[in-house]
Amino acid sequence: MYPEEYRYTKEHEWVHVEGDTGTVGITDHAQHELGDIVYVDFKYGRETLKPGQHVDQGKTIGSVESVKAVSDIYCPVSGHVVDLNHTLADAPEKLNEDPHGEAWLVKIRLSNPGELTNLLSAAEYQTYIGAEK
Amino acid sequence: MRYLPKSDSERREMLEACGVESPEDLFAHLPEAVRLKQPLQLPPGISEYEIVDYFRRRGDENANGYASFLGAGVYRHYRPVLVDTVVARGEFLTSYTPYQAEISQGTLTTIFEFQTMICQLTGMDVANASMYDGSTALAEAALMAARLTSKGGLLVARSVHPEYQEVLQTYAKNQGMPITEFDYDPETGAADLDDLERKLNDLTAAVILQSPNFFGVVEDVKRAAAIAHRRGALLAMGFSEAVSLGILEPPEADIVAGELQSFAISPSYGGPYAGIIATREKFARQMPGRLVGETTDTHGNRAFCLTLATREQHIRREKATSNICTNQALIALMATVFMSVYGKQGLRELAEQNLAKAHYLAGKLKPRFSGPFFNEFVVSTAQPDAVNAALLDKKIIGGLPLGRFYPELSDAMLLCATEMSRRAEMDQVAQALAGGGAV
Amino acid sequence: MPIKKVRGHISPNESLLFERSSPGKKAYQLPDLDVPAVDPRTALGPQHVRAEIPGFPEVSEVEAIRHFTRLSTWNYAIDHGMYPLGSCTMKYNPRVNELVARTEGLAWAHPYQPESLSQGVMQVMAHLESALLEITGMDAITLQPAAGAQGELTGILLIRALLERQGNPRKKILIPDSAHGTNPATAAIAGYVVENIRSDEHGLLDLGALERHVTEDVAGLMVTNPNTLGVFESRIIEAAEVLHRKGALLYMDGANMNALVGIARPGDFGVDVMHLNLHKTFSTPHGGGGPGGGPVAVKKHLEPFLPVPRLKRAGERLSFDYDRPLSIGKVKAFYGNFGVLVRALAYILAHGGNGLRAATMDAVLNANYIRKKLEPFFDLPYALPNMHEVVFSDERQARLGVRTGDIAKRLIDYGFHPYTVSFPLIVRGAMMIEPTETEGKLELDLFIDAMISIAKEIETEPETVKTAPHSTRTSRVDEVKAARKPVLKWTPAV
Repeated sequence: MYPEEYRYTKEHEWVHVEGDTGTVGITDHAQHELGDIVYVDFKYGRETLKPGQHVDQGKTIGSVESVKAVSDIYCPVSGHVVDLNHTLADAPEKLNEDPHGEAWLVKIRLSNPGELTNLLSAAEYQTYIGAEK
Repeated sequence: MRYLPKSDSERREMLEACGVESPEDLFAHLPEAVRLKQPLQLPPGISEYEIVDYFRRRGDENANGYASFLGAGVYRHYRPVLVDTVVARGEFLTSYTPYQAEISQGTLTTIFEFQTMICQLTGMDVANASMYDGSTALAEAALMAARLTSKGGLLVARSVHPEYQEVLQTYAKNQGMPITEFDYDPETGAADLDDLERKLNDLTAAVILQSPNFFGVVEDVKRAAAIAHRRGALLAMGFSEAVSLGILEPPEADIVAGELQSFAISPSYGGPYAGIIATREKFARQMPGRLVGETTDTHGNRAFCLTLATREQHIRREKATSNICTNQALIALMATVFMSVYGKQGLRELAEQNLAKAHYLAGKLKPRFSGPFFNEFVVSTAQPDAVNAALLDKKIIGGLPLGRFYPELSDAMLLCATEMSRRAEMDQVAQALAGGGAV
Repeated sequence: MPIKKVRGHISPNESLLFERSSPGKKAYQLPDLDVPAVDPRTALGPQHVRAEIPGFPEVSEVEAIRHFTRLSTWNYAIDHGMYPLGSCTMKYNPRVNELVARTEGLAWAHPYQPESLSQGVMQVMAHLESALLEITGMDAITLQPAAGAQGELTGILLIRALLERQGNPRKKILIPDSAHGTNPATAAIAGYVVENIRSDEHGLLDLGALERHVTEDVAGLMVTNPNTLGVFESRIIEAAEVLHRKGALLYMDGANMNALVGIARPGDFGVDVMHLNLHKTFSTPHGGGGPGGGPVAVKKHLEPFLPVPRLKRAGERLSFDYDRPLSIGKVKAFYGNFGVLVRALAYILAHGGNGLRAATMDAVLNANYIRKKLEPFFDLPYALPNMHEVVFSDERQARLGVRTGDIAKRLIDYGFHPYTVSFPLIVRGAMMIEPTETEGKLELDLFIDAMISIAKEIETEPETVKTAPHSTRTSRVDEVKAARKPVLKWTPAV
């Protein structure tokens, strides 16, 4: 369920690092808690998130909305935005269907790979969400 | 007390079920220090007949049976009888906000129709389910523009209703949004768009205009919008005389914020009214207030529900687009019934009658401003108070002396004529102004 | 158990106005002009004149009245039966209030008509001001705010103005995690940062946490009393002292005043500023979502900052005072929702002092009766004495896979509007119930029987509850579709 090669945050994001680029998304646990997802918003501070934008670990890069709730997305790694998944605008339901794959949110070129040690492994994350219940 | 539907024996049964002797026992947990030690110093309750009589006397102490030429944001228009008939129905009057869609389809459907008609009138893509009034709608439009542009400056025309400007001040100040005024042209009475261009800068979030403006003059919204867009600002347009939409070209604005009081909402000394915000599709998610959307139920039947609620206070809390909770549902319903009764042709005919009446009156006087006007205009008069005193003797309330809002216009008053104004009364107003020294 | 309160009935279908529309149909007639007609293009200039209003409906009078009447039959309303909505105070909307609000001299009064011809409307406002001050125990009041949320904003702006005058507006507003969503939204709009305070294990304000949070950076605390669990904040006086010692103020959200009128007064327990909800405590109709009225009452030290104008009296004569240099300005054009104020005053006149107290007693009795009867069936997470409302949790039922939202929908099949679902947030699966004083024993017993019946259904046939409602015109609506692909207006079929 939770890919071993990904890293996870306590705010329920994942990052998959390949080379110097990290692909970021929200976890299956997150989409399940939110329910049917209706909208994704990419924002950094007051600005719309765009390629080239520098982001810091822990800062919000947007939010995910269901009918009854909104959840902020916290960036798991610092760096520069390389790409955003614009297919989610027309098909937000992908986040419910394939949160770890097709419904990735942003790709970031890492500026500080050392930060990855702050994040949880798949096993640690599963323990964490088990405890949360 | 006749609104309390329990007999003493029922109360006794219930107290027993609660395991207490007397109703006071249910309050025993309250700290002594907070309890009221004496009864409220209010007279005993009175009968229904006495209540009606009390308010009848208060009504008599006002301007009963006077003709009036006051506009200035609140307009005298006929109220179709159907309006009160519909809102008197308990299902509309005493129902709650339609959060439970299955048992609120009546309210939701009428709001959907309302949103549609406002879009048709204003030429916008999406409209919300109403705001408190025109003044707060304009303030919310300004905040919305700030969110959309990520900028903070506001450029406001002096020809916007002065009380709307005051409300805007209150809201903008607390968001740290500086307001700069741009003047009106003393010749035309329209906003001075050259002054706007001079004062506009790259920090401006919105240019705010009203059309027809406070002086009744129709603004060149198209040109103002072009100027605003060149510097990356949005154009927010307000209106306070909704009947003007029956005849005026829909504004080329990014956000329209207006007052619907003219649509069968009693003047009622200033409220309750209903404001609206309408905007382009791409800005919809930043719009405050309730929105009703179309959907289906599990059987595929068309149904309506509140939607995009995640913008709102009850979910977003401190990140909400606004703190507004209510919409003026019952008032908006009055407007919806009004719009249904008049319809496409009627609203046009009503607007044309207003135009005719005001231009008849203006024809007997000389308007101060040369700009095109709908049903309100300004006249010069050295002694506006004296003119109004003379008219009061004839049971006519004259125009609004402008000195209280615009010191440079102390020798002027704002006159409004609607479909309710009678020729004979207008002749008397013209006479009084001639006597009072109208230029 | 057979459902006693409701039975099936045919209700008419009805399309939208635009779908019934046909060119040339009309429901209006205007008198003939007694002045010459004017060509709009000449008077306004052709660039300002619109062609027509595209898609605007054209229907006849009969179709209009049928349209709205048919739609009205699709709504539930207080006139049908109880709304157990917590913190909404859905009490009877007295019909005489509707009549008096339409008194000609009141309904047609223009806000700018001469003061000499406005003594009646001003007297109504003055009378209401003094009655509300007596009820709240405060010193001064503004009737200007249009609704509760606007009242909250006004109140916070008053706090800011006072502190600014003292030299430092401060940065934060403290808000309990049990608060209504308008509270943090308001604080943010007023330019403050929100700091949440956790409630203690009883669901009450944690005094220790409060002491720790209140610094010289805190402008105030927004509290609802009784809180959103319906429980009186027994240490409210101490809380006020903690705040006042550090120069901070206590704001009270008056949404739950229905538990206090005639029993206790916020002005007596340390509140500096509060708002009232006329559409809750004072019976003005909800009308499907508004209008409301949110007067704000203050202690003396905040009086100079109240919105302008203020009513003042010189002998018999009332007038508006605009000379208020310290005022925060206006929060709304004109003077307030006068039509709503009329209804609130009529309500107060009908009750009088003893009637208002009797109403509060009955409101609290009704809520306690429901609590006693439903306690064996639903979890009560916070066991302190409740006042006018009670909050259960769906814990027990959740173990069988049924949540508060489902129970609420099944309640509709029993002929009731649901209670408040999933609020306050400090209760898992909250079921917030406030009957108000205008429910009689018969209606309460029907409600109790319905809830007990549903509790039993959850054990024997949970699917019935999870897929409810079954007997409404529309089954559960697809809110997800409405949010993913918003359709916010009618468009003609292509």
